[in-house]
Amino acid sequence: MTHTIVALVQDHPGVLHRVISLIRRRGYNIESLTVGHSETPGVSRMTLVVEAENVEQVTKQLNRLIEVLKVFDVTNDPTVERETVLVKVQAPASARAGLIALTESAGARVADVGSNTMVLEVTDLPEKVEAFIDLCRPLGIKEMIRSGRIAMTRGSGGGAGARATGTPGGAAGRAAPTGQPVDSSPRPYRAQADGDE
Amino acid sequence: MSAPAPDARRTGAQIMCEALIREGVNIIFGIPGGAIMPFYHALPEYKDRLHHVLCRHEQGAGHAAEGYARSTGRVGVCVATSGPGATNLVTPIADAWMDSTPLVAITGQVSSLVLGRDAFQETDITGISVPITKHNYLVKRVEEIPAVMHEAFHLASTGRPGPVLVDITKDAQQAHTIPTWDAPLSLPGYKPTLEGHKRQVREAVAVMLSAERPLILAGNGVIQSGASAELREWAELLGVPVITTLHGLGGFPEEHPLSLGMPGMHGWVHVNRAIQECDVLFNIGGRFDDRVTGKASSFAPRARVIHVDIDPSEIGKNVAVAVPIVGDARRVLRALLDDLAHRPGPAVEARRAARATWLTHIRDMQDRFQGRHKELNRPETTSLMPHDVYAALNRAFIEHSARGEGYRVVSDVGQHQMWAAQLLDWRRPRTHITSGGAGTMGFAVPAALGVALAHPDETVWAIVGDGGFQMTNQEIATMVQEKVRNVKIAIVNNGYLGMVRQWQELFEGKRYSGTPLTGPDFAALAKAYGVRGVTVEQVGDVDPAIASAWAHDGVVLLDFRVEREVNVFPIVPQGQSIGQMLVAVGEHAEGDDT
Repeated sequence: MTHTIVALVQDHPGVLHRVISLIRRRGYNIESLTVGHSETPGVSRMTLVVEAENVEQVTKQLNRLIEVLKVFDVTNDPTVERETVLVKVQAPASARAGLIALTESAGARVADVGSNTMVLEVTDLPEKVEAFIDLCRPLGIKEMIRSGRIAMTRGSGGGAGARATGTPGGAAGRAAPTGQPVDSSPRPYRAQADGDE
Repeated sequence: MSAPAPDARRTGAQIMCEALIREGVNIIFGIPGGAIMPFYHALPEYKDRLHHVLCRHEQGAGHAAEGYARSTGRVGVCVATSGPGATNLVTPIADAWMDSTPLVAITGQVSSLVLGRDAFQETDITGISVPITKHNYLVKRVEEIPAVMHEAFHLASTGRPGPVLVDITKDAQQAHTIPTWDAPLSLPGYKPTLEGHKRQVREAVAVMLSAERPLILAGNGVIQSGASAELREWAELLGVPVITTLHGLGGFPEEHPLSLGMPGMHGWVHVNRAIQECDVLFNIGGRFDDRVTGKASSFAPRARVIHVDIDPSEIGKNVAVAVPIVGDARRVLRALLDDLAHRPGPAVEARRAARATWLTHIRDMQDRFQGRHKELNRPETTSLMPHDVYAALNRAFIEHSARGEGYRVVSDVGQHQMWAAQLLDWRRPRTHITSGGAGTMGFAVPAALGVALAHPDETVWAIVGDGGFQMTNQEIATMVQEKVRNVKIAIVNNGYLGMVRQWQELFEGKRYSGTPLTGPDFAALAKAYGVRGVTVEQVGDVDPAIASAWAHDGVVLLDFRVEREVNVFPIVPQGQSIGQMLVAVGEHAEGDDT
């Protein structure tokens, strides 16, 4: 199935390679990947969308990487997910008014107007982005770029980034009031990570 | 030549040497080359504290460092230049990764000014080694060297040990600075869990006490954490039989009444049967490797599994676990023993008594299988059998231990390795050193060099096949140059890549494709290297040859020309349940099918 994994990593050269290497090793395909700064200086945040059979092993082994601070599988959590798409479509002067109307009704916006083309932009849920692209197809898409997904768990807690120095191992669960922390141990161990002793 | 004053500016290369000394390193194994030349230029200034062993191949340097590490528990260090020097280290690094061996590999890299431009001998070794190292570093600035070296040793030796590669550009080695040594470790993503969680520990004790047919499976973690005494106390207090994996051999003395031996593909029938019948399996420091479990889905079907491992990602990986405990083997055993001490004595006593029946049952199986199937022992023949070599070695080991003389055994990979595991008695931790997870042929000779230099007062036996020997035998020249005198090499020479041939015989209709193997006259080769070489072809010559080799003050090579087509039994055919064991060609252990 498709999993959405959020990883907080140290902003070091090569860290992306290390993360990708673990996924590549199993022959899993990465559907989308975004990396950028988090709220903590020196800490980057990755959102990976991966088609994987045994994602728990992957997340545990990600936790084992020295520069990985924390890993969350947010697949089954309430999250805010966003993706941006830029679509360049044919836009002769005669068609522009119609296109602009369509763009507004779809919650998109016009990012650029050229002599014969327009660049349309939408930032929304991945499925909404998908629907918008379908809407554009009949217009003749000349070029398209999707950003890849970013995800954040809902709620008042600090989210996945609550404490960027979480430890792989026993204490991982305590640091994250929201989101399902990927505890680096199997199910029965979950209780242990919650610190019920 | 002498080292610079403490507050003087010095080169990155000098800082590298000083960093090694600060980490307690006094011996390193390597080969120089262009990109690591500044380091070698600095080395003589530190030669009274840092001894360099010039190996004949970087793979040999890596395995020698592994042998040093596995026999001492300290970090082994190997050094190579960029490009081919670095890629030749890939095999020992992968080997150390699979067997959790603490290793720091230092490689020179081309100057940062030409990095990425396909410079002479440039190879992206940090890229290559990502999946086979615990961590690696590319160092381009001299100022980074002290902190990186300290982190590398910290990572290699703590938590689950493993290899760390440090790739240092030539210009960083040449640049000058005044080193800052006391920078705190900056590893926010690395905090190994050492202490087992109390509730899980309590649960584990309860499960062990409630068990009727419990087993302890002891792996590499017991050796690595130095938990043998605790393991013994734990097993004895509970009266639970102990199985030792290939890398657990020596972690629990095999002469102990509770010791059962090795499980898995070439484990004993009674051991595998016991696993299939047990109701609780307590795995301490083993990773449920597929050579142990066979078909994982039918492994220990009746057991509740307690798994103690320092690496959380090992727990639940291959076998479902009822009670997981993340922690260091010795510390967890201490906690278990503390908890057990608070339980009512009579209850513990009663459980121990009840388990005598279980042990008797296992011993009955052992008598039945080991006694009945002649191929598990020495077949009736006058030819020199591998078994004769091991029986004689075992006698020699017992005799010399009785005299208080130390010995260690390094085996290579293949049939001779499995016979060594099966037929020799393992008594002490860190005396059995082999390539397990990676199965690296060519490991034994260079690893024996590292073991011998770490333990000059002990005798190191390298047991090796004629195939593996021909991969790395040039390290005998290193032994000679280093004046190593305590290595004895026993080649179990059958003129085949024997384990592959065995599989071809048993599972591929005897199509011996690519397995018949010739070699030089090994005894003459030994002489060419300047050491003693002896060919042994008769059963009656085995004991005297071993005795004479042991007594000789110098490296000795014994070429045992054994019967060519002998198989290692028992064997679990790959992918099958460990309850399915062949004990002879075409013959399953009776009553198989648990």
